[in-house]
Amino acid sequence: MQLTRQRDFFAGLVFSCAGITAVWASKNYRIGTAAEMGPGYFPMMLGVLLAVIGAVITFNAIVAKRGADEKIGPFAWKPLFFIIGANLVFGIMLDGLPSIKLPAMGLIAGIYALTFLASLAGEEFKLKEVIILATVLALICFVAFTLLLKLPYPLWPAFITN
Amino acid sequence: MDLMSNLMVGFGVAFTPMNLLYAFVGCLLGTLIGVLPGIGPLSTIAMLLPITYSLQPVSALIMLSGIYYGAQYGGSTTAILVNLPGETSSVVTVIDGYQMARQGRAGPALAAAGLGSFFAGCVGVLVIAAFAVPMTEIALKFGPAEYFSLMILGLIGAVVLASGSLLKAIGMVLLGLLLGLVGTDVNSGVARFSFGVQELNDGIGFIVIAMGVFGYGEIIKNLGTKESEREVFTSNVKGLWPSKKDFVQMMPAVFRGTALGSILGILPGGGAVMAAFAAYTIEKKIKLRPGEMPLGQGNIRGVAAPESANNAASQTSFIPLLTLGIPPNAIMALMVGAMTIHSIQPGPHVMTNNPELFWGLIASMWIGNAMLVILNLPLIGIWIKLLTAPYRWLFPAIALFCAIGVYSTNSSAFDIWMVGAFGVVGYIFIKLGMEPAPLLLGFILGPMIEEYLRRALLLSGGDWSIFVTRGLSASLLAIAVLLLAAVLLPFIKKKREETFVED
Repeated sequence: MQLTRQRDFFAGLVFSCAGITAVWASKNYRIGTAAEMGPGYFPMMLGVLLAVIGAVITFNAIVAKRGADEKIGPFAWKPLFFIIGANLVFGIMLDGLPSIKLPAMGLIAGIYALTFLASLAGEEFKLKEVIILATVLALICFVAFTLLLKLPYPLWPAFITN
Repeated sequence: MDLMSNLMVGFGVAFTPMNLLYAFVGCLLGTLIGVLPGIGPLSTIAMLLPITYSLQPVSALIMLSGIYYGAQYGGSTTAILVNLPGETSSVVTVIDGYQMARQGRAGPALAAAGLGSFFAGCVGVLVIAAFAVPMTEIALKFGPAEYFSLMILGLIGAVVLASGSLLKAIGMVLLGLLLGLVGTDVNSGVARFSFGVQELNDGIGFIVIAMGVFGYGEIIKNLGTKESEREVFTSNVKGLWPSKKDFVQMMPAVFRGTALGSILGILPGGGAVMAAFAAYTIEKKIKLRPGEMPLGQGNIRGVAAPESANNAASQTSFIPLLTLGIPPNAIMALMVGAMTIHSIQPGPHVMTNNPELFWGLIASMWIGNAMLVILNLPLIGIWIKLLTAPYRWLFPAIALFCAIGVYSTNSSAFDIWMVGAFGVVGYIFIKLGMEPAPLLLGFILGPMIEEYLRRALLLSGGDWSIFVTRGLSASLLAIAVLLLAAVLLPFIKKKREETFVED
């Protein structure tokens, strides 16, 4: 079967799954009555509604005939991986990973790491440009956050400052 | 006169050097991100929200609101010169603005947008000042049933104005409401939907969602689409001042746009984007004078009206926030966040408990609008230069500011993991055509709406008819039903689908 409205089909599924999860989780909380609502009352209501709406959207997508440009299209895996990855590495740089004894590296190292990784997500990657960009960003952050706003970010790796 | 003395208090606050500086910074940033396509006021305000923690509450709000209305000015520059909406609210400005630029009339188009926005901004400020007091009095009559109905109206408004499928928008609202409930329930102390994760007991941070879904989601989407050929009219900007004929044509359009924008801004769910669309639709209906260019081929009215409307609306949308405590759109929802950071409860008590904050903010908007005209007309050259900067320099910077913004809220690495997860979710939303703005509004209203529903039903002894037997509440719900019915009418439904083409 050819599905013309892929986006709606999957959007409906996402809603239904979220709704069912909400209902399933709400069962553990006391429901109560309308006059005396327990913690489960409102989420249960929302969950049921969401699951139903999701089902309707999915059903509509299956029976619909028209809508040629409703395909999901290719996923941008490269940007997805590098942008989210850059963000995670930034977090690790700031806080360190105690589980593998990686020390906190500080804001400056974090900025270079994030800029480098994020730039890999783009169509073009020019190392010289990226280094200049990272340096400029590091300077801006230093002036804005440390000098002007006086936010207590650790700038340098913990093993140097201690 | 009361209004005058109130405004005097406001100007007293706004004219301190510190607040003037923050108003300027806000307007400058707003223009900057308005000019740059791919980054909007929503992600910028989300980014700066945590940083404002160290500022005075008034200064913080002055700066953040400057970003919002500043973006309305900046967005038009990109629309006119590059044929790209720098901001969603300038989508319609693109049509006639770019045509004017092609005919070598970029200058008058920019001036029409700037001057129209300034006029609309001034009127918007007056409207806020005049309506704030009576609205607050109405707000004090509100019981839990009215608040519940008002929020339903707000959510329906967001659904109606969302682009694409109505059902999907409703789904997003419900999903947002559910996400808003994550964390410890205030009444029972039960940790809901935390699935045993300690950090989730405090709920999901608003910034985490806003940044993940809007910040990262947008970047990934933009990188996924190839950078299209941009035709930039940078050398064509000479002779900024519109001719006398231009003025005669654009003035009535500016008045109409301002009036329409002021009204649409107040309505829950309304805001700058809708106002611009509506204003353009009206201009299209008005008869052409002899010798006038038709709309769509470079008519100055097609620039002046929507630009006035979006700026007026961006100002008046502060009214529901400041008087009722209900954010009418996603940006105002962020402002709720900004106020709660400083432990100010948005609502009717802001005006009585923090008059200097309330009137100071309003006065600063007028000053900000004056600054923006200067920033955007004489200094247009700077912004034009900026338009030639490639996206590959911009997006790492945006990604960095998002990450820092999240980290600085409570210095926890957990939030950075969460924002990464929501970035993926946000990208999935975009791919599946699920608009995130209703989700954000639902997220903000979730805990409030549950609380008011609980209280209303407690008072009525579990009788649901309380929402329709109380006059005010019933009329609010009636408006919500009318709104919903209106979009479902075949005629409007078709129009709506035409206006919200994929962007």
